[in-house]
Amino acid sequence: MTTRIDTRFAELKKQGRSAFVTYVMAGDPDLTTSLDIVKALPKAGADVIELGIPFTDPMADGPSIQAAGLRALKNGMTLKKTLELVRDFRKDDNVTPLVLMGYYNPIYIYGVDKFLADAKTSGVDGLIIVDLPPEEDDELCIPALKAGLNFIRLATPTTDDKRLPAVLANTSGFVYYVSIAGITGAAAADANAVGEAVARIKRHTKLPICVGFGIRTPEAARAIAEKADGSVVGTALVDALKNSLDAEGRATAKTVNAVAELTAALAQGVKGAKQAAE
Amino acid sequence: MNIAKPNSYRSGPDERGHFGIFGGRFVAETLMPLILDLEKAYTAAKADPAFQAEMNGYLKNYVGRPSPLYFAERLTEHLGGAKIYLKREELNHTGSHKVNNVLGQIMLARRMGKKRIIAETGAGQHGVATATLCARFGLECVVYMGAVDVERQQPNVIRMEMLGATVVPVQSGTRTLKDAMNEALRDWVTNVHNTFYCIGTVAGPHPYPTLVRDFQSIIGNETKTQMQEVEGRLPDSLVACIGGGSNAMGLFHPFLDDPSVEIFGVEAAGHGLTQLHAASIAGGRPGVLHGNRTYLLMDADGQIQDAHSISAGLDYPGIGPEHSWLHEIGRVNYLSATDDEALAAFQLLSRLEGIIPALEPAHAIAKVMELAPKRPRDHLMVVNLSGRGDKDVPQVGDILRGKSK
Repeated sequence: MTTRIDTRFAELKKQGRSAFVTYVMAGDPDLTTSLDIVKALPKAGADVIELGIPFTDPMADGPSIQAAGLRALKNGMTLKKTLELVRDFRKDDNVTPLVLMGYYNPIYIYGVDKFLADAKTSGVDGLIIVDLPPEEDDELCIPALKAGLNFIRLATPTTDDKRLPAVLANTSGFVYYVSIAGITGAAAADANAVGEAVARIKRHTKLPICVGFGIRTPEAARAIAEKADGSVVGTALVDALKNSLDAEGRATAKTVNAVAELTAALAQGVKGAKQAAE
Repeated sequence: MNIAKPNSYRSGPDERGHFGIFGGRFVAETLMPLILDLEKAYTAAKADPAFQAEMNGYLKNYVGRPSPLYFAERLTEHLGGAKIYLKREELNHTGSHKVNNVLGQIMLARRMGKKRIIAETGAGQHGVATATLCARFGLECVVYMGAVDVERQQPNVIRMEMLGATVVPVQSGTRTLKDAMNEALRDWVTNVHNTFYCIGTVAGPHPYPTLVRDFQSIIGNETKTQMQEVEGRLPDSLVACIGGGSNAMGLFHPFLDDPSVEIFGVEAAGHGLTQLHAASIAGGRPGVLHGNRTYLLMDADGQIQDAHSISAGLDYPGIGPEHSWLHEIGRVNYLSATDDEALAAFQLLSRLEGIIPALEPAHAIAKVMELAPKRPRDHLMVVNLSGRGDKDVPQVGDILRGKSK
């Protein structure tokens, strides 16, 4: 099977540049604004979109993304509406890869088979589910692969060479390397350490490797882009969104632009990177 | 439930940490190598007689075990039915059953060379036990506690600080036990190399539910021996309160394969099961949170709901996975007691036996008040008095004087 993710990374490889992956929370701060933001991302230079599924207890996320999820939930966001958002986005954009990222419980409660069918129909390309390690592959990973969705696994600094093959076994689309041991939005990643880690993972897989956690600026994004097949920025975009809200946490006329402008600046950083050494 | 009865109720979990469909290892990849290491270290420790011998020494001389099995004569007379025994876990050093598990985990942490210990706490009993053993063994200790709980359990916050621990009030989410657990997991994922996460209950990713159960099973094992000495036979029923369910699992597990023993777990019904409560089995359904699949309180979208209980130690929207399994398979009966019932039981035990219970086991006493009168005078009922009430004295005092509710 070839997904939009596979196609996009193949194109970028031909162009000789690294991917810019953006993360925003679905429904933050409300459904309408969120759809406008997601639509604006590819135009601003995002190559791949990660869309967060709001959850009350996001145990791998820092304060910014926790708050984003709670803002969305407060305004009535659900997994069902997240899938509707993707469907609406797909009306105008049938090429940009879109990956849902979140935690397992909302999917488990929605029903795995129904979720996979609805996600596929809505135009979702892949899933990153933080609390499903390879030990729990039977839950969602294997069914997702059968349903034609990529299951993108996280590899971390604690994933050693012995464990990597298990982590990579059922991974598809790309590998998401978590550059630091920690939560989203925490310490900055060291580009040299990231380079070594990417090289280590490359010895085990031909899949593209995207790096995330701790990348906030165009300079940092460029440094990572020179070492990896893609860099992921989430917390910085979520913070830009938050800073554009009014005192009651509602969207303002500036909200969509605030995210789009930072996305454009970060995309410039990534596109200015020298090609990653193969 | 049409589930086939197993040959033994005590053989779980399987090698992947499952009790039926419950349990498992639902954690971020960063933590996966750590819990695999923990499982390996625990398996090795269990097989090492020196580990158990060292633990037995501390259990006897530091914790003060065995804890007495006490015949509650006046409570028995008052209720006019079953003969009621209290398993006096509140007499342990630090004032609750929590120390049994913490001792085991701290000994494991030392074997694994970890110098920094983190813990979550609700009522503060697990936090105090962890702070105590960290002081004893010279380890750094950080305790995460919901800001709401910091407020209502001040005596335990002060105790933890006196013992040298850092108490971090957690402001995220509902600011209670579940958020303290989220924050502890976030700390662990950040400080993977030097940190040991000392979980306080029979929940979390495998192997925690198993190892906490094993360390707490001393409660039930002692009860079996003591009852044999006093009455020459097994008890007829067991009653214990349940938040995550560690004191209950510790009492129940050694008796699961004794079919004559009726077993009752008591969840916190808060303001009542149709209002805000913390009874995951009575009011929840299976979901995935904090590393395991278990009964949880949640909405139709799978979002975790606020729990409520007068008792901070029971104020959690989930329950240990083995309890979920024991419920589905029908071996244990899960009941619930409201805030008001627990308050009444708190006062009754204080007045009749001169024992001020913690609000948590007051929930168990509340159901004993219903169960005991319906049973004959030769029925032997054991209730786990899992903690003492000193920490609750200011809060209950305010409520009884009508200052707050």
